[in-house]
This record gives sequence, structure tokens and C-alpha cells, in this order.
Amino acid sequence: MNTIRLPWLEMAILAPALGSIWVKFRRDPEVARGHALAIGGLSLALTMAAWVDFKLLGGRDASGPWPFSALGLGAPPLAVDELNAPLMPLGALLYLLTILGTLRTKFREFSLPRTLASESILLALFAASTSWGVASMMALSVAPRYLELASNRLPCRVYLIHMGMFIAFLVLGELGVERGSGPGDQPVWAILLLTLAMLIRGGAAPFHCWMTDLFERATFGTALLFVTPMTAAFGVARLVVPVAPTWDLRMISVLSLATAIYAAGMALVQRDARRFFCYLFLSHSSLVLVGIETATPIGLTGSLSLWLSVSLSLTGFGLVLRCVEARVGRISLAEFLGLYQQIPTLAGLFLLTGLASVGFPGTAGFISIEMIVEAAMETMPVVGALVVIMTALNGLAVIRVYFQIFAGRSDSSSIDLRIRRPERIAVVVTSLLIFGGGLWPQWGVEGRYHAALRLLETRSGSGERADAREPMGRSAAIRRAADGGGDRTQGLPSAPTATAFGFK
Amino acid sequence: MNEWVARFFGLGAVAAPALLLAVFGLSTFFTRRLGEKAMARWTAACVSYGLFSVVGMLLAMLWTGDREVPVEIGDWVALPAEGFHFRLKFLFDRLSVPFAALTFVLVGVTGAFADRYLHREPGYRRFFLYFAVFLLGMVVASLAGTIETLFLGWELVGLASALLVAFFHERAAPVFNAQRIWTVYRFSDAAFLIAALTLHHLSGAGDFATLTGSGPWPASRPTIAPGPALGIGLLLLLAAAGKSALVPFSGWLPRAMEGPTPSSAVFYGALSVHLGAYLLLRVDPILKASPPLCACVVAIGAATAVFGVVVGRVQTDVKTALAYASLTQVGVITAEIGLGFRYLALVHIIGHACQRTLQFLRSPSLLQDYRVLENALGGPIPHVAGIAERRFPAELRRRLYRFGLERGRLDEALDRFLVRPFVRAFRWCDGMERRWTDFLSGGRRPHHDHDHDRPRRHAAVPQSSPDGEALS
Repeated sequence: MNTIRLPWLEMAILAPALGSIWVKFRRDPEVARGHALAIGGLSLALTMAAWVDFKLLGGRDASGPWPFSALGLGAPPLAVDELNAPLMPLGALLYLLTILGTLRTKFREFSLPRTLASESILLALFAASTSWGVASMMALSVAPRYLELASNRLPCRVYLIHMGMFIAFLVLGELGVERGSGPGDQPVWAILLLTLAMLIRGGAAPFHCWMTDLFERATFGTALLFVTPMTAAFGVARLVVPVAPTWDLRMISVLSLATAIYAAGMALVQRDARRFFCYLFLSHSSLVLVGIETATPIGLTGSLSLWLSVSLSLTGFGLVLRCVEARVGRISLAEFLGLYQQIPTLAGLFLLTGLASVGFPGTAGFISIEMIVEAAMETMPVVGALVVIMTALNGLAVIRVYFQIFAGRSDSSSIDLRIRRPERIAVVVTSLLIFGGGLWPQWGVEGRYHAALRLLETRSGSGERADAREPMGRSAAIRRAADGGGDRTQGLPSAPTATAFGFK
Repeated sequence: MNEWVARFFGLGAVAAPALLLAVFGLSTFFTRRLGEKAMARWTAACVSYGLFSVVGMLLAMLWTGDREVPVEIGDWVALPAEGFHFRLKFLFDRLSVPFAALTFVLVGVTGAFADRYLHREPGYRRFFLYFAVFLLGMVVASLAGTIETLFLGWELVGLASALLVAFFHERAAPVFNAQRIWTVYRFSDAAFLIAALTLHHLSGAGDFATLTGSGPWPASRPTIAPGPALGIGLLLLLAAAGKSALVPFSGWLPRAMEGPTPSSAVFYGALSVHLGAYLLLRVDPILKASPPLCACVVAIGAATAVFGVVVGRVQTDVKTALAYASLTQVGVITAEIGLGFRYLALVHIIGHACQRTLQFLRSPSLLQDYRVLENALGGPIPHVAGIAERRFPAELRRRLYRFGLERGRLDEALDRFLVRPFVRAFRWCDGMERRWTDFLSGGRRPHHDHDHDRPRRHAAVPQSSPDGEALS
């Protein structure tokens, strides 16, 4: 039976893009906010529909209708697969919650049209089915933040220098990889440039200063939305993993681990809440890359799960910090603010989201970190131990900041500082998802496991160099299949071909 | 034993504290807040039901003669193709049942005491919320059938403990002390997690049943080789030392007395402080597999006991003196475990926990008790010279006195060799990073209010810990 299929992805991307223009011409900030929320909600619904559609199709024919194939315009530029299916709703949700948690007083600095445009770019980036599509959207996503800094007349040289390097390396790397005659033939310099581009975008040390600078200068919401979807990890999964030899992955792994530990230590000594948040985020986003580079099904599954949980919990954590900042201004960690008496609910939510971000038992990150450590223990036990120490340091940092902000004795405020309903909804929704993912993790982990297997297939499918990557680059699943020991993907939905990840 | 009976009692014991936490947590964040009466009733009901379930299980075990009853909830997460399982399994045996029953009894008693002790305190709800976290953590840890499940409970206990120490958070000292305790806990938790994962890696599962091979506790036989047993055992000993304040981590125990008396009683007099010893009892097969490990356990236990005696003698407030008395007994219990006296250690834990809870709960009335005693005697209580006064030379006594007064300088050593170098190194990195960013941005760095030294708004809270350098 023929069925009519709706172009969910295209609609999800177009909705915030057109909405951005629409909202720009709304004069009343409250009306603009209402419309932005409606558009964000619509976008979230459409991405959810795309995910459901993908699931209903059993992973096949995941791209939307593309009428131009007959005209020789090639494959559809957008597609859903195991990797990006949950990332798009996640991205849309992060934007929706951030807009929801934005108070009216912030609208002059936090531009709603620009935020919706960024959302559109992010969704297009996640949905892109070609390597150039991913690269161009990654490059384009830099622009809205620059425009914000420029429009607020804030210095943006640090940001421009780093993002300029990122775009240059990305484009050169992609051009170089394209020049390779076939799978496994890509020039080393091109792979290195691509890797470097992703490390800069992800904020790996010593290329992380742009991130602290952005957090210090831009609005909290903008900085939050730029980093929490972790597009660098997406870039690594899409552009680097399919072509990278083992040594390259190991290099990323070592740098990411060093960054994770360094950032955890730095988070512990910060005196400014935004810088603290930035380092906490850096530490966790680097951990996601450590897991990706273990290149084992368990490590990759843990990493992809951690990606979702960290995005969610740190967005929630960031939103709580932003709520506190909206009440007392920039938060100093050099003194006790004593805010517990005035905003006890925010204190509780701060603790909850903060502990979730460090993978406390019962929250979404717990299982993910355990999987990463378990995978690391198999490949390199020292890495496992270091990851555990890193999470311990982050736990200390979160509790320390909790006490700095909420402990102490403060003068009572003459105005009501209690959490507002939209803020409460935003943070409580995040908390519920964090707990849901923590108490019932199987469904999410299973989905990420399928994505991890597909990702590993792309590595094994990249020709002779893949064989040279033994033993790290070749997954246990593939090895078992090659040995005739059974196919681990049996029973899984017949998934999109390797082109969905590797583009080769 | 009939499976339904086992599940009814087994799940009841865990579900009761889980329900209590869910009710308190949901009412705090999502619905209207519960009143004091409602919270006290919920606590009493859930603790009673939990105790009923544990006692029911005990009677059923005695009736059927089963010495070990596993209750499986199932896989929390499983990737069968990869052999990855995170199982939620609870184990009722001669070790876990008495410990779980003890937990419910002491938490119930302390909860009833706290209901009156904290009546109309602003932090009443907060106390009972953290108390529910603690109860769930203790029950999960004591009934855990896998090492991962034990870790889950272990972490909950640590969090509740640190938050309750900082209960009076408008003062600086409790907050600094809570941070210190949380730091020790986090690092001992890290050691635990590494041990758990290594064990998982070696044995393919975290089940105590797999680990112990055959036979219920304490007759279980080891299946692990001596080499790995020593490595894993040392990590577990580190975790136990952190949780039970054994040497060299004993410095946090007197700091924990900043919390309200009911929490001090149940945490540091009774349950939490014994959790390290419980862990060592639970991983008993690992100890059996490695005599050098047993020697380490005995050495640490004995050192802790001696340390507790020396330092406890010179304390000037009742709660700290009781804390060191607890520490002495925990040291003795640890040494007993190392020497292989499993049942003796278990009985010692139960007896000591009950007696110490009573002492802690009575401590706010100590002056009144002394007055009653002196009135009855018709004069001051006579001083009787101890062994140290009678046998030790004056110089040695003076040195021991100073050692005790300075609490062995354990905290100073940790500060000097770990905390300060760490903070200095990262502060230096922070400074260098700021200079680099300034350079890149052409010297235009963002200025915030708190970049400058301004008068503190909260004069009640000093910037550094009275006991040493704080991380802030």
C-alpha cells in the first residue's frame, strides 16, 4: 500500500527558520516570546515525528521524500539514522527549554529571532546526510554567536580567532579527504586537519580559551545553546571516525582525557560561576570523546548515551544557574551568597541537575559513565581509573558551588526571588527527563547501542586502512562476524547502509 | 522458600524506603509541601513496613532453613550481545538481614527522636528528605546482591551524610566540614568504583554469588586468585577506610559532629560509620584469598583503634569524644574482620551501634545527667587515674596529650601534601589562561563585580576554613 510520507525533517528545520523572521517583526516582547515558544514547540514535535517515522520504518528509507533525484540532483540532503534520530529532538528541546526559562528582562540581550535561526542551523546540521552538509552547517553555526557579540558591542577577537581556525581546518580537511581515491586512501594531513578542527570546536585543551571567553562575554543562554548540543562530538562521529586511523583516534582520546581531567581540576578552583560551568561542561564533553575513541561497542554506547545525558543535565544545570544569575547578577564563588532561604526550590534543582551531570546513581549519566569506564578498563585500565577520578573531582566542584551559592547568611531581599512558573517548568521537565533516563535507562541505552554498532560498521567499511587499524578500530562485533562467530546485528532492524554515517 | 514469599518480603524491604524518598522528593519539588506531622507519619509507616518485611524474611528463612535468599529485580541495563549487565539483585543472608534490621530499628528510633528534637526548625523538611535518602542508601547497601548495587547505596549514604553535616548551613564551619567529608567520600567512592569494575572485568559479573563461588556467608569460598584479590582488596580497603574514617582518613569524623544530633547519632555513631566494616565483611572471600590483605586490614584497624583511644581521651566536647570512642570500636571491629572473626565482628557492630546511638541521643542532656549523678553521690564524681597516668612516664604522656590534641595532624598532612599543591597548581593555570585570553583579545577582558575585592556581604561566613585552607 502506498503511504503519503511527510517531509518531517525539512519541516522541522524550516519551522524555526521561518519563525525567526516572523518573530523578528513582533514588537511586543511578550507576544514575541509566546510565538517563539510555539515555534520551538512545533519544531520539537516535528523532530519527534521524524524519529517516530524512522522507528516505524524499521530504520529503512530514513530520508524524506526527495523529488529531485530524477533530475540528477543526487541523494536527499537530509536523513534520519540511528545516530541523529534522538539528537534532533534533544536539540529542539534544549532550545525550547532555554526560551521558556528566559525572563522578559533578558530579551534585549538574548535575541529570540537569532536563537530560532540557530535552532534551524543546528537541526540542519544533525540532519545533514552528506559530509559537506555537516561541515557547512558546522561552519554556519558559528555566525549567530558572532552576531550577538557584535550587536552587543562586546570584544569577540578570541572567538573569531578560534572559530576562524576551526572553519579553515574543517574546509581544508574536507577538501583533502575528498581527494582520497577511495576508502582508506585519505591523506594523513587532511585527517589531521579535520581532527584539529573538531578539537578546536569541542574546546580540547589548549584550544579551549574561546569557550571560557564566550561564557564570560555572551549571554548565558546563547553560550549554553552553542555548546550543550555538542556538535563537535557529532562532527567527530560523522566526519572523523569513518576515516581516522587508530593513532588518530588515540590522539583524540588522549587529548580529550587530558582536557577532561584538566577542566575538572579547573572547575574546582573557579571564582566565577560561568567559568565554573564552562569547565564542568568541558570536562564532560571531553569524556564523551574519550568514549567515542575507545571504538568498542560498550564504550561507544556509553559515550553516545552520555552525550544525551550530559546535554540534558548540563542544560538543566545551566538553566538553574541562569535563573540564579537573573536574580542576583553575575555569581561570584568567592563568597557565600546564602540564597537557600530565598530560593529553596532552585537550590534543590541545582543539586539535582548538578549531581546528574556528574553521573550520580539514579540519574541518566550513571550508566553511561559506568559503560565508558568499563570499556576503558578493557582497552587501557589507566584511562578507566582517570575517568573515575575525573568524575570524583567534578562531584566535588558541584557540591562546593552549591554551598557557595546557597549556604551562608544573606540579607533578605525586598523583592520576591522565588522561581517563576516558566522557569520551574523548564527545569522540572529537564529533571524529570534526567530521572526518567536514570531509573529506566534500558530503552535509551539500547537505542544508542544500535547507533554505536552502525558507527563501528562505518569504520570497518572504510577499506584496507580499516584492517590496518586493528585491534582498536575493529569492533568485537565485526571481528566476530568475520570469524564466522555470528552477527551481533541479528535481530536489529535492517538499518540504513553505512553511507548514512560515513558518506563514502 | 516460595518465590512469592521471598519477593513479597524482599521487595517490601527495599520499596518502603524508596517510597518514602519518592513522597518526600515529589512533595518538595512538584506538589505542595508536607507538614511536620505528615512527614513524621510517613517516616514511621515506611520504616515500620521495611522492618516488618525484613523480620518477615528472617522468620521465613528460619522456618525453611534457607541461609541465603536472592531476590532478583532484573537487569537494570543489559546488552546481552556484549555480555554487559547491570543487575539489580538483593541478597538476604546472615550478614545482610541483621544489618538491614538494625538499620530500620535505629533509623526509626532516631526519626522519632528527630521529630521532637527538630520541631519547628526551619530545616525540618530538609532533614527528613536527606534522612530518607540515607535510609534508602543504607538499605540498598546492606541488602545488595551485586557490587554495583552496593555502590549505588554507598553513594546515596555519602551524599546524605555530607548534606546533613551542612544542615546548619548559615554558619561557615558546618559547610567547610561537609565539603571535607564529601571530598573524602568521593575519593573513597572512586576507589570503590574502580574495584567494582575491575572485579566485574575479572569475574564477568558483579554478583557476590559469582565472587564467592559457593556457600553462603560466612562459609563462602573464594574463586579469585591471590594477586587480583590483593589489588582489588586494597582498593576496597581504601573505600572502607574513607567511609568508616579509618586511619589516615580519621580527621573527618569529628568534623561530622557539626550536624544535628540525630544525624550524628545514626550516621557516625551507628550506621554509616560501620558501612566500611560491612563492606569488608561482604567481600570476605577476597580477604580469605589474600593473607597480606588480611594483614593490612588488621594493621589499619589496630592503628585506628589506638588513634581513637589517644585522641578521644583529650576531647573537650561530648559529641567529639563519642565520635572518637566510635572510631576506636570501628578500628577494633576492622581488626576482628582481618583476623577472621566474622560473627564476632557482626555482633560487635550491632551492639556498638545500639549503645552508641543511645549515647549520642542522650548527649544533649549530659550536664543534667551529671548533675543527677553528683546529687546522688553527694559531691563531684571522683577522678580515677587510668593506665596511662599510672604506668606511662610524664614525657610520654605529654607527647601523647599533644598528639591527641592535634588529632595526629592527619588533616594538616592531607592539606599540606594534597590539597594545597592541587589548588595552587590549578590557580596558577587559571591565572595563565586569563593572561593568554587577555593577550588574544587585545587586553580587553570582561570585568565583573566580583573581580574586585569588595566588602563581603555575608560577614558571618569567613573566607577560609578555621581548620585549614578551603578550596574556595
